[in-house]
Amino acid sequence: MLAYSFRRLLGAIPTLLILIAFAFLMIRAAPGGPFDTERKLLPEIEANLRTAYHLDEPLYRQFGRYLYGLAHFDFGPSFQYRDYTVTELIETGFPVSLKLGGLAMLLALVVGVAAGCLAALNQNSRVDYGVMALSMTGISIPNFVMAPLLVLVFAVYLHWLPAGGLGDASNLVLPVAALALPQIAYLARLTRASMIEVLRSNFIRTARAQGLSTTQIVLRHALKPALLPVVSYLGPATAAVITGSVVVEQIFGVPGLGRFFVTAALNRDYTLVMGVVVFYGVLIIAFNFLVDLAYAWLDPKVKLG
Amino acid sequence: MQQRLRWTAGAALGALAAAALAGCGGGGGGGAAQAREPIGGATGNELAEAQVLRLGNGAEIQTLDPQRGQDIPSSNVARDVFEGLVNEAPNGDPVPGAAESWTVSDDGKTYEFKLRRDARWSNGDPVTADDFVYGLRRGADPATASAYSFILSPIVNADEITAGHLPPKELGVRALDDYTLEIKLKNPTPYFIVLLAHSITYPLHRATVEKYGVEFTRPGNLVGNGAFVLADWVVQSHIKLVRNPYYWDNASNKLDEVWYYPTENQSAELKRYRAGELDQTYWVPTAELDWIRKNLPAELLIAPYLATYYYGFNLTRPPFKDNLNLRRALTLAVNREVITKQVLGAGQIPAFGFVPPVIHYTGQQMPEAAWTQEQREAEAKRLYAAAGYSAEHPLQTEIIYNTEDDHRRIAVAIAAMWKQVLGVETAITQQEWKVFLDTRNQRRDTQVYRNGWTGDYNDAFTFAELYRSNAGLNDSGYDNPEYDRLVTAAQSELDLDKRAELLQQAEKTLLADLPILPLYFYVSTRMTKPWVKGYYPNIMDHQLHKNFYVLRH
Repeated sequence: MLAYSFRRLLGAIPTLLILIAFAFLMIRAAPGGPFDTERKLLPEIEANLRTAYHLDEPLYRQFGRYLYGLAHFDFGPSFQYRDYTVTELIETGFPVSLKLGGLAMLLALVVGVAAGCLAALNQNSRVDYGVMALSMTGISIPNFVMAPLLVLVFAVYLHWLPAGGLGDASNLVLPVAALALPQIAYLARLTRASMIEVLRSNFIRTARAQGLSTTQIVLRHALKPALLPVVSYLGPATAAVITGSVVVEQIFGVPGLGRFFVTAALNRDYTLVMGVVVFYGVLIIAFNFLVDLAYAWLDPKVKLG
Repeated sequence: MQQRLRWTAGAALGALAAAALAGCGGGGGGGAAQAREPIGGATGNELAEAQVLRLGNGAEIQTLDPQRGQDIPSSNVARDVFEGLVNEAPNGDPVPGAAESWTVSDDGKTYEFKLRRDARWSNGDPVTADDFVYGLRRGADPATASAYSFILSPIVNADEITAGHLPPKELGVRALDDYTLEIKLKNPTPYFIVLLAHSITYPLHRATVEKYGVEFTRPGNLVGNGAFVLADWVVQSHIKLVRNPYYWDNASNKLDEVWYYPTENQSAELKRYRAGELDQTYWVPTAELDWIRKNLPAELLIAPYLATYYYGFNLTRPPFKDNLNLRRALTLAVNREVITKQVLGAGQIPAFGFVPPVIHYTGQQMPEAAWTQEQREAEAKRLYAAAGYSAEHPLQTEIIYNTEDDHRRIAVAIAAMWKQVLGVETAITQQEWKVFLDTRNQRRDTQVYRNGWTGDYNDAFTFAELYRSNAGLNDSGYDNPEYDRLVTAAQSELDLDKRAELLQQAEKTLLADLPILPLYFYVSTRMTKPWVKGYYPNIMDHQLHKNFYVLRH
């Protein structure tokens, strides 16, 4: 187990390096630079800025400088938000996204898996069709439609909840709901399909033959194997949701990490783009690792090593 | 343009255009101004107990460093936190700020400012002439790398310092004593006082800047001399300002708190406004204007804004190179009323000239402005044929614009007008903003490009200088020595009437040569809650929030 973890960690380093190199080159290859604005800079000023941010050096030196910074957990200063470093921006944005995304994934896991089981156990019944119809709706309505709709109904018309901003728990309800709804829908479908398959397998038939109750069969024997596809989906999905969604954050005025993804790319804020990409990459690698550990626990056939 | 206008949706669009154009010549206050409403007694107006103002502010601000700020959201906050030598009255006119008075030498080259002796920094220190010297030197210093250092360009040695040829201490600015500041200019610059409204001229509290370095703008660190002081700043969430008790005019400031929210999504902002979380929006989405006019007409305030929307022709390559007839044909074939009323509909003013209504200036127009649209189209057809095009041999061209909904709708409408009137085949291409800036500036692939310009200060010169042959933003490649001569002469002409005459001549020349296709003058659009008072739309859309107050509601 320890040896396995260590080997996985070593394997992650080249993956990350390739990711960093690719992002580093791609953002610099995009036309337009961080200091291009409608008001053209004087050539002397632009030269000063390029020197200040080391953009006048050859690419390999910039890359080396960047890696050296990363090794010291220094993502550099943001080009766009000049009063802050990228590390500070991630430090303020990530906890917010983590809170919203974590709550949303938790909600999605509980509701989605429960709804999926319910549908699978009542296959081809009204309950099943009802759950599947709802989840199809949840998957097909994109966030940029769902989120404003939630605001319109619950904040503008009913005045039950705030329309945006961060403050107390009531501020969390709508953004968490908007983030969770598509995940609930997806998890419900995934659980249902996998549960139906498991319920048809031989060991469940044996369990039934031995006279176990449905509740016992589902909780003790069927749920763990049925969750395998859910868990492998959960890894990357959690990494994506806890790093924020630009749509949900803009609509609810929430200061998460997702807004930085998009604004940084549009502004050619090289350091911020890199910081967010590296951070996201590390999270994905970490969550994939956790998924593999969870597999070993859920499926007796899987041995780590 | 000094008129204070309070336009509601009910105001006829035609009246807006007429009043705005009339306003250029006349000037002076009055008009349909929103009077400062009396408080107390029989009026029924009572101040709200919580004097808190919550504002939408567009995108997240880039910086609170006044010498580095270049975006409008940053300058809005800086205007509350710092105070320059000169402030702007609600109608946009310069009024004393941190300086209580100033004198100008007879040759127009030496300015002497008397600072207020009661002005204090937010930590209680007196605001002295040295603080202004420090701020101005910092603005010109190449190490600051300010995008707006050109604002200081009229000051002696400013350009040489920015280029790195002289040290910042050589700037023509000095403190004669603690409360007297002298600024020496290279040439007489009649609009110099107007330039002082820009944040690059703000003073800085030297000790805190040197102590905290780049972190001097953080809450707790930032020391300002404005009516408000920074209490909290969470990037992408909010900026909270509270009253600065040391501010010299604190007694007349009614507001205790000002909150700024980044609201880059226009329709999300409008929902937060409707839910009662914002007192004023930063903008209004075009698509929602009809709904607002029906449901919240009294809260929509629209006023002329110092910006022009236009298309540029690339004069460095065919088909527009040396082809005035073709440029004129395309310019006349556009029905501006359709664009301002049907495509946009906020009350934008159709433009047949380049310079929007500014002070001390009469906007020039193409002679065809007085014609009917039918006459213009007939002339357009004649010119199009004269340029050698016909139904069998139509012009094929391309409009390129930066990705945005309104730009797309305008481009589609214009392509349709050209097709309908002249039979021109137009391809429309959109590009993401930074790519677009690059393409436009290359002048290699463009034929017709979208452009818009917001004046940096309230003077015709900020528009006129754009199409000088050596100007960095002259994306048309326009090169007329006569135009250059007129603009350069105007730059140092002291006599205001003569200067206006020169700039008007220049605009006439530009409109005769048509390197550009003027479309409309912008308006500022905001939603404001009825209990928020003290908001006077002005041409720069600059607001000092110390003038605002909140009624009980």
